[in-house]
Amino acid sequence: MDPTDVADPTYYHRVVDCQWACPAHTNVPEYIRLIAQGRYDDAYLLNRESNVFPAILGRTCDRPCEPACRRTRVDGEAVAICRLKRVAADLRGDVADRLPRAPAEKNGKRIACVGAGPASLTVANDLLPLGYAVTIFEQHETAGGLMRTNIPAFRLPASVLDEETQVIIDMGVDIRYGTRVTSLRALLAEGYDAVFVGSGAPRGKELELPGRRDETGETHIHIGIDWLESIAFGHTTSIGERVLIIGVGNTAMDCCRSSRRLGGKDIKVMARRPRGFFKASPWELEDAEEEGVEILVNHSPKRFVVENGKLTGMEFEILEWDEPAAHSRVVDTVVLPCDDVILAIGQENAFPWIERDLGLRFGEWDLPIVDEKTMESTLPGVFFGGDSAFGPKNIIWAVAHAHEAAISIHNHCQGVPVDQRPPFGMNLISQKMGISQWSYANDFNPAGRQQMDHVELSRRFSALNLEVELGFSAEQTAREVQRCLNCDIQTVFSGPLCIECDACIDVCPASCLTITANGSEGELASRLPAPRTNPEQGLYVSAPLPQTGRVMVKDENVCVHCGLCAERCPTAAWDMERFELKIPYAKDATVAWSR
Amino acid sequence: MASITKPLIPLVELERNELGLTVRDYEGAMSTLCAGCGHDSVTATIVRAVFELAIPPHMISKLSGIGCSSKTPAYFVRGAHGFNSVHGRMVAIATGANAANRKLHYIGVSGDGDSLSIGIGHLAHAIRRNVNMLYLIENNGVYGLTKGQFSASTDVNSTSKRGEPNLLPPIDPVMLGLSLGATFVARGFSGNKEHLLPLIKAGLEHTGFALIDVISPCVQFNDHEGSTKSYLFTRHHEVQVDDFTLFQDGIHANGSDDGAVTVSMHSGALLRFRSLPADYDPTDRASAIAYLERHKAPDEVLTGLFYVNEAAPDLHELNKTVTEPLVAVPFERLCPGASALEELQKSFV
Ligand SMILES: Cc1cc2nc3c(=O)[nH]c(=O)nc-3n(C[C@H](O)[C@H](O)[C@H](O)COP(=O)(O)OP(=O)(O)OC[C@H]3O[C@@H](n4cnc5c(N)ncnc54)[C@H](O)[C@@H]3O)c2cc1C
Ligand SMILES: Cc1ncc(C[n+]2csc(CCOP(=O)(O)OP(=O)(O)O)c2C)c(N)n1
Ligand code: SF4
Ligand code: SF4
Ligand code: SF4
Ligand SMILES: [Mg+2]
Repeated sequence: MDPTDVADPTYYHRVVDCQWACPAHTNVPEYIRLIAQGRYDDAYLLNRESNVFPAILGRTCDRPCEPACRRTRVDGEAVAICRLKRVAADLRGDVADRLPRAPAEKNGKRIACVGAGPASLTVANDLLPLGYAVTIFEQHETAGGLMRTNIPAFRLPASVLDEETQVIIDMGVDIRYGTRVTSLRALLAEGYDAVFVGSGAPRGKELELPGRRDETGETHIHIGIDWLESIAFGHTTSIGERVLIIGVGNTAMDCCRSSRRLGGKDIKVMARRPRGFFKASPWELEDAEEEGVEILVNHSPKRFVVENGKLTGMEFEILEWDEPAAHSRVVDTVVLPCDDVILAIGQENAFPWIERDLGLRFGEWDLPIVDEKTMESTLPGVFFGGDSAFGPKNIIWAVAHAHEAAISIHNHCQGVPVDQRPPFGMNLISQKMGISQWSYANDFNPAGRQQMDHVELSRRFSALNLEVELGFSAEQTAREVQRCLNCDIQTVFSGPLCIECDACIDVCPASCLTITANGSEGELASRLPAPRTNPEQGLYVSAPLPQTGRVMVKDENVCVHCGLCAERCPTAAWDMERFELKIPYAKDATVAWSR
Repeated sequence: MASITKPLIPLVELERNELGLTVRDYEGAMSTLCAGCGHDSVTATIVRAVFELAIPPHMISKLSGIGCSSKTPAYFVRGAHGFNSVHGRMVAIATGANAANRKLHYIGVSGDGDSLSIGIGHLAHAIRRNVNMLYLIENNGVYGLTKGQFSASTDVNSTSKRGEPNLLPPIDPVMLGLSLGATFVARGFSGNKEHLLPLIKAGLEHTGFALIDVISPCVQFNDHEGSTKSYLFTRHHEVQVDDFTLFQDGIHANGSDDGAVTVSMHSGALLRFRSLPADYDPTDRASAIAYLERHKAPDEVLTGLFYVNEAAPDLHELNKTVTEPLVAVPFERLCPGASALEELQKSFV
């Protein structure tokens, strides 16, 4: 193999599993260390730089980082990354004077954003400090998008949402509440320098089965996201005792738990397939079941039972899942009586307000054609991000898209090609303090993952907006931070110093290191002391070593970043160095070309 | 904050031996030697060897004298018995222990100072008695623990860290062993574990006194230019004489043995040597000595299993001792009383 190119930030970035998995590349291990040191403000601000909404995300993030966490490979349980983010947010002091600010002098460029969801707000957050004038059009009277209208207050208190959205708006957004954009042509005619579409995926999917249109009075068949929205705005305050939720994604979880709080007693979530196929996050399923919601598998909706113009139940086909054939077959049917049905089977994009003759092309599923890197549509100057771009995702993806879109908008407005992206950079900082002294807690802590405490069930449903999760206690936090393996503290190798004494190899508790003759990747991998079970992870190969010409090989997959290799190396050929990924934002793009 | 204990990482799947133990079960305390010391590699190789041979930890007795090398028994097989003796007396203690309990595996670890200066008299007699043990000399050409004075194994003109040459001729532990009649004589290099591991395993399988001289660089005091015991010098001058395979279970030794020399061991293991030099037979002491004498070039560090003799009687056979460990012999037999003593004394008159 050729010597590994560690000058490319991608190599070390990959080693930091959580940061690699995070769409916004949040520097997780560093913020966890800051929490460990009680530096909550710093931890919060470090989070905010990449994910913009730490307090919101500390409660609601989809957390793609957690399944990726190295700790799962060590003891099966990820570090509670998301919960710790909430700790930083909850315990922060007043950070107002450390937040980005818009300069008094503007740069003369005007940007229009459609929708006040996390995507548009992030664009505003990135562009206002550069002197842009940002106008956001929002059809509702409040900001936050689905975070406001759909994520229930018992998961995300309004005060938390208000605080983090308002901070951006107060930077100087010209926000036009109650203003629905009905024509892109008209908006473009207003002469904005760029338009950002952050309008989300606003339409809940229908289920056109027999009986769907047979009710005569008020309907008891609800579209999940619309129903949640009407709860958020106080229009819906009750539901029948027997509720069927169709679908088993995260929307279904919010619908069943909301039903529980509005008077539902017998609540069933109806799933077509067995458990392994559920779309809902495991923790949401757990919380719903804890609240007494029943989940029925292998039930496929057949028709709505409407008697005398009134919904009385729903008929289902009972399926049997044939594992080898990966296919269900019908074995029976059943009618389940109910008072209400909530449809939570997905969301769709809809752009009735975008004229199709503007040069903005649409592709499959009526989604606009958007460049995945630049977020630009086929109409120069019009950018997309969040759920509007590629269909429903989540908040952290909306933020990640918006950071990229902000760079593109900045390029576009400065006459720089949008595909000219400012590069990622990195810093590597030695953590050695002296003999046996490292500036991080390098001991491996075998503690298990801390469990989140919840408001007791007897009190939980007393108010619709009572936050269920209590957050970590000081003790839980202290324990959890020590579970992080500090994957960003990299093992950095200087081959010319190595005398091939084997000390590092002998001491490594995870058998990641080998000194051996070079070979092709597959062949070399077959000669490692621990089998290479995860080829996704890097295999570091040094240049030929001075004494024998063999190479140092490291399988990054199993390294626990304990630093013992560096500790026992007589020549400091190994060093533990903190990797700091320099993520480019719109503000860095300016620097890149003003030089 | 810092920690230098080697943690046990739960999910790293570790290989298990016949006893169900992992290699980590054969480790000891964290080494306190200088980072990069060759002795640590020898420790790691001993751990690997006893793991692979699946020796129960409590059936091992580890002994040493004084020196950095002699500190190492603390760093392997924490479940073993051990004795850290005074300087140069390790093998005297080992002889006594072995006399009392022949069932254990004895691993003695010594240094060139411990063995070739203060302890040489004891070493000579243990070889003569063919005490059934593995005797490792971690040879770095200096007294490491006392800060790098020349030892009795330092080569002529090898220099100290400050550049002064040694003028006294060295004692070669291999030649010493061969001339005194050691029944297993080998040399390895801490920087070449692939070769050292089978040597140590074979030494543990051997019945009788197995002497292995391991070149084990002292990074602190003898790893400089001018030293003939440095990593670099040894790497550039090592000449491996043999290519042998140890079959732990001799019956399953496979492959043809054309032109190979095969040695069956008491333990049931089998040693097979191939690609031997034409004028050399590792089961013939005279041939081994002659071969080594001919190759005594100052720029060659010969390594290999030079000589093995499974036929010589060991301490117990020579002294016709009881087969049981003394602890297992009933007290009445062990100490039959005054009348039995009188009987015995009568037989002398
Ligand atoms: C029930 C439910 C629960 C969810 N839970 C989570 C969760 O726990 N964690 C998570 O990460 N994600 C969750 N999501 C997904 C997440 O909310 C979205 O992915 C995210 O909000 C998308 O952000 P956005 O900015 O792209 O759009 P949105 O948040 O949808 O915001 C779009 C905004 O645009 C406005 N708008 C639309 N069209 C127009 C127009 N023509 N003129 C003016 N205004 C317009 C809308 O009113 C809205 O305010 C959930 C989604 C649902 C439905
Ligand atoms: C009776 C006695 N004399 C002298 C010493 C001092 N001393 C301690 S270790 C040592 C030599 C150790 O050299 P070696 O056996 O080569 O071990 P190394 O440290 O090189 O591994 C000496 C002379 C001592 N401890 N006891
Ligand atoms: S152990 Fe810590 S740094 Fe490593 S992947 Fe998990 S959270 Fe990230
Ligand atoms: S930091 Fe070094 S010693 Fe520790 S697990 Fe990683 S490679 Fe092994
Ligand atoms: S401990 Fe240092 S000098 Fe020794 S083999 Fe490892 S990297 Fe090389
Ligand atoms: Mg010595």
